[in-house]
Amino acid sequence: MEQTIIEVRNLTKQFGDFKAVNSISFDVRKGEIFGFLGANGAGKTTAMKMLIGISIPSAGEAKVAGFDVYKETEQIKKNIGYMSQKFSLYDDLTVRENITLFAGIYGLTDTEIAARTVELTNRLGIADEADKLVASLPLGWKQKLAFSIAVIHNPKIVFLDEPTGGVDPITRRQFWDMIYAAAAEGITVFVTTHYMDEAEYCNRVSIMVDGVIKALDSPARLMQQYNAKSMEEVFIILARGAKRSDN
Amino acid sequence: MNNIEISNIRKTYQGKTGVTIALDDVSLSINGNELFGLIGPDGAGKTSLFRILTTVLLPDSGSASVCGADIVKDFQYIRNISGYMPGRFSLYPDLSVEENLNFFATIFNTTIEENYDLIRDIYVQLEPFKTRRAGKLSGGMKQKLALCCALIHKPNVLFLDEPTTGVDPVSRKEFWEMLKRLKNSGITILVSTPYMDEAMMCDRIALIQEGKILLIEQPADVAKGFGRKLYSARADNMYQLLIDLRAYDAIADCFAFGHTHHFTVKNELTNPDVIADYLREKMHTNLDIIEIAPGIEDCFMQLMRR
Repeated sequence: MEQTIIEVRNLTKQFGDFKAVNSISFDVRKGEIFGFLGANGAGKTTAMKMLIGISIPSAGEAKVAGFDVYKETEQIKKNIGYMSQKFSLYDDLTVRENITLFAGIYGLTDTEIAARTVELTNRLGIADEADKLVASLPLGWKQKLAFSIAVIHNPKIVFLDEPTGGVDPITRRQFWDMIYAAAAEGITVFVTTHYMDEAEYCNRVSIMVDGVIKALDSPARLMQQYNAKSMEEVFIILARGAKRSDN
Repeated sequence: MNNIEISNIRKTYQGKTGVTIALDDVSLSINGNELFGLIGPDGAGKTSLFRILTTVLLPDSGSASVCGADIVKDFQYIRNISGYMPGRFSLYPDLSVEENLNFFATIFNTTIEENYDLIRDIYVQLEPFKTRRAGKLSGGMKQKLALCCALIHKPNVLFLDEPTTGVDPVSRKEFWEMLKRLKNSGITILVSTPYMDEAMMCDRIALIQEGKILLIEQPADVAKGFGRKLYSARADNMYQLLIDLRAYDAIADCFAFGHTHHFTVKNELTNPDVIADYLREKMHTNLDIIEIAPGIEDCFMQLMRR
């Protein structure tokens, strides 16, 4: 039987009388790549913040890696990795210092950090750049490095919030190679994107419109259901009637 | 004529980590009333070029003109006839929607009423929120207000720096429909984007990477330069398919493309059936390999690798 790693039931976040997230329910299975799509302002970021333990829900229930989003937010943080859409490493630290800092925060030992640093910089092909400032790296490398650091503690789940915005098409694909590889190693990937071709790389996707989940299935089945040739068409059919728009 | 001429522009920045070449001998001719797309990833030099053409940044060398006016000597004139929407939201967050628009109209010696026709289609969507502070608007609304403010003085040329970055597919589509209408009203538009699919909406495009123009072409002609056979492949296990294709000796390149993988072969005479046989040996099921016509993204990726 497939294991559930994220379990969400009627999760709601209300600001005043505005329901940013309006009673959403879904499960994410262990080891899958789950695409969390939606129009601007649909409530994706608000929902994600509740799942990573930095925003307490107004109502509903959710468990992430087995931990409760109300009471066990610290355990959630230890068991997940997170990469935000804005670049999240320190520009004025070197590659090595960034790795040491984040690995240290996640509680890796000095021996582990040393080993992981060698392994990670070799895999990314930046061993010679390990002592250079992150500011000097091209954007594509920074993003690949940020992803590698987000999974340095071997988390159960990694949350990626628009990880590929603005990068070139080759780097975008290299980034997805890393996502595939992480999933193959058993890390569950929860990802948001505005690139609809990337939605098709996911095992399953959900599409959020105006605070609710309008559709959830594999890309192939969604395309079949909505009689569409691509996920872009599916998205447009579902999101065209959206009332809200935001970032 | 509302044309833009760019000759041998070079721009470098001196930073903590050394010299960065933002623009490397860039030359470009944009016709009057053209919708011209500057397509390239972050860091390619798009914003530097916009800032030079809108006279807020000086090039190290080279020259450029907008509607016949020199970007250095005639900067004042260019500012009067250009609309500029920078990549970052740059309106006054503590002024209301209407106050922002009024402000920009006033500094260009005009009124909202005078050029209302030009912005009507966009502004009607904003009107219900006209007393709201710009800083409190949603992302899509901010973008529409910024476009209105860039248009309020009826510019001859419009510079739009990544207006659709981070915007969802539905809003992006609507935005491009607005651009088409503005072009039809006679305005020359230079617009940049990291989304390859938007290139199809332009009259002509330039692909830019690391400060160099790789190609200037009509979107429909870009694919002609690909010059080799391109195949698309799919099977039940797409990740394993990617790994197996890349491991096969006859394959030159293989990348994921939506619900298929695209690959080229080292030797054009390679029969795709041979590749299919190899993949079936690898236990792939529901395998489908067909030759396809390359798209803009395929071409851009090929040019980038050269």
